[in-house]
Amino acid sequence: MDNAAPSRRPFLAVRDLNKTFQIGTEQVEALREVNLVIDKGEFVCLIGASGCGKSTLLRIIAGFEPPTSGHVDIYDHPVTGPGSDRGMVFQDYALFPWLTVRENIAFGPRQKGLAASKVGEIADEYVQMVGLSPFADRFPSQLSGGMKQRVAIARVLANDANILLMDEPFGALDALTREQLQDELLQIWSRTGVTVIFVTHSVEEATLLADRVVVMTAGPGRIETDIAISLERPRDVSSPGFNDVRRTLTQRLTSHLKRRPLKTAA
Amino acid sequence: MTPPSSASLIAARVPIAPGPDAASTSMSAAGAATVPVSPSDVPSAAVNDAARPRRVLPERAQAILLGIAFPIALVILWHELVVLTGTPLIPTPHQVALMMYDFAFGGIHDDAFSGTILTHLAASMARVYGGFALAIVVGVPLGLLIGKVKVIRRLLDPTLSLLRPIPVTAWLPLSMIFFGLGPRSAVFLVFLGAFYPVVLNTIFGVRSVDSKLFEAAAMLGCDGSRMFRQVVLPAATPSIFNGLRLAHGFAWILIVVGEMTGVPTGLGSVIMDGRNLSRTDLVITGMIVIGVAGFATDRIIVAISNRVLRWSPQHHG
Ligand SMILES: Nc1ncnc2c1ncn2[C@@H]1O[C@H](COP(=O)(O)OP(=O)(O)OP(=O)(O)O)[C@@H](O)[C@H]1O
Ligand SMILES: [Mg+2]
Repeated sequence: MDNAAPSRRPFLAVRDLNKTFQIGTEQVEALREVNLVIDKGEFVCLIGASGCGKSTLLRIIAGFEPPTSGHVDIYDHPVTGPGSDRGMVFQDYALFPWLTVRENIAFGPRQKGLAASKVGEIADEYVQMVGLSPFADRFPSQLSGGMKQRVAIARVLANDANILLMDEPFGALDALTREQLQDELLQIWSRTGVTVIFVTHSVEEATLLADRVVVMTAGPGRIETDIAISLERPRDVSSPGFNDVRRTLTQRLTSHLKRRPLKTAA
Repeated sequence: MTPPSSASLIAARVPIAPGPDAASTSMSAAGAATVPVSPSDVPSAAVNDAARPRRVLPERAQAILLGIAFPIALVILWHELVVLTGTPLIPTPHQVALMMYDFAFGGIHDDAFSGTILTHLAASMARVYGGFALAIVVGVPLGLLIGKVKVIRRLLDPTLSLLRPIPVTAWLPLSMIFFGLGPRSAVFLVFLGAFYPVVLNTIFGVRSVDSKLFEAAAMLGCDGSRMFRQVVLPAATPSIFNGLRLAHGFAWILIVVGEMTGVPTGLGSVIMDGRNLSRTDLVITGMIVIGVAGFATDRIIVAISNRVLRWSPQHHG
């Protein structure tokens, strides 16, 4: 192990992960034997029916939730808690409502004890990156959903996160804003080389964004398939190739949905 | 522990994400004033600020007008009823107005109460704010501790829950034994009344911080005491301010009780004197002064809280 070449070490590895929640006397098996290896800089989408454990998996990778068994490794170092290398972008933003846009983005750098001028510099850079300079001194309650999600993305990037964990980040936005943010996210991704793990319900979104789509199934949550998408970027949603991929993905998703009633009946 | 019930009454504070509706409703005025663009085409964020004052002014005027109209109607009704029944027990508004003038400036009755309003007001305010300040100094830190430290919560929560239902007035005899007849007793009673809303709302504020905010802060490298200062404390401020406002109201309510303990000055003692002398005009005058003072200071608290909590959409009332 020790003399393995560094390039062979997986960037992020999920190993034999199980997660069972205890609700009173009831046990809910949210994840069973999940294995997943993700390369640096990859854009991975997690997709699957509601309740199949996508959020749980993401939260375990983030370190918010301990696994029941198994582990998550980053360059062979097990994840034991939240860390600034991994930044979560929540569906409901989770911005600090008492801080302005700039202060929210400066939150991470400020924790590092940098000089105030340096913190301000970093914050301004990322405020600009997500196009919110005119709104830098607004509070989250004075922003639209799309703006809030931009702040949330900038907040983790400003903290030097190199893994972006995104749990249906654009799910609550209107179609136009979503498209715009998808586009901006792709630009940020290709510019900064961050690794993105992106949970979505939308096959279309996954097809547009992902290098790889991991399809999960419920009851208990497992990985069903792992599909690489080799469409050239930027992707054209109206091209035949795009439609082929989307159809394939949809079939994978619905095939297990149809199988499920048989399983539970057995 | 479930959040204290009295706190949930006033702290209906839900972390919601308000839609752009506030911006879009105020937009129509600006859209009409600038260019013939249909309001929906105007980018909401840019126009929002410019449009606000134009719509808010008539709104405010209406609010003030309605707010004044009702007490005026009440005063007219009061006058008519006194005249109609011919009761000697209740003075007319006019008599009370004379008393009020005399209380403030003298020159009408020229008795022991003439021109003494400032003396009594100052004495009462000193006690109200003495007790209120004490309640904040003790209640907020205690609430933070109880909310955050499990051992302290287990140690103190049952006792607090046991003592809370006891009405402050029931403490009156004990308070007179502890502190004697005098202003210290009044301050103690005000403190007792103000203490519970402060401490309970502080506990509630600390306990109801959205767990996502802790997660977000943790992933950004915040922990331990910094978490307390940078997340718990600011997140709890809306609830703490709710408690302060409530406590402030109680403090003014309790000053009358507090000043029944035989102090020579204060608005409560004026009311008690009025009662003993069967001077209902004096009683009502004292009541009105307390009401106005309580109202005016409440507006100051609201203004401070709106300033401190300007980030919170729930706090512009
Ligand atoms: N904190 C928790 N306590 C108990 N059970 C939980 C908890 N979190 C998740 N679960 C359970 O684990 C399972 C997976 O939940 P999870 O939220 O990960 O699903 P999901 O794939 O993200 O669903 P959705 O697409 O609806 O967001 C569900 O059955 C859920 O009830
Ligand atoms: Mg989920």
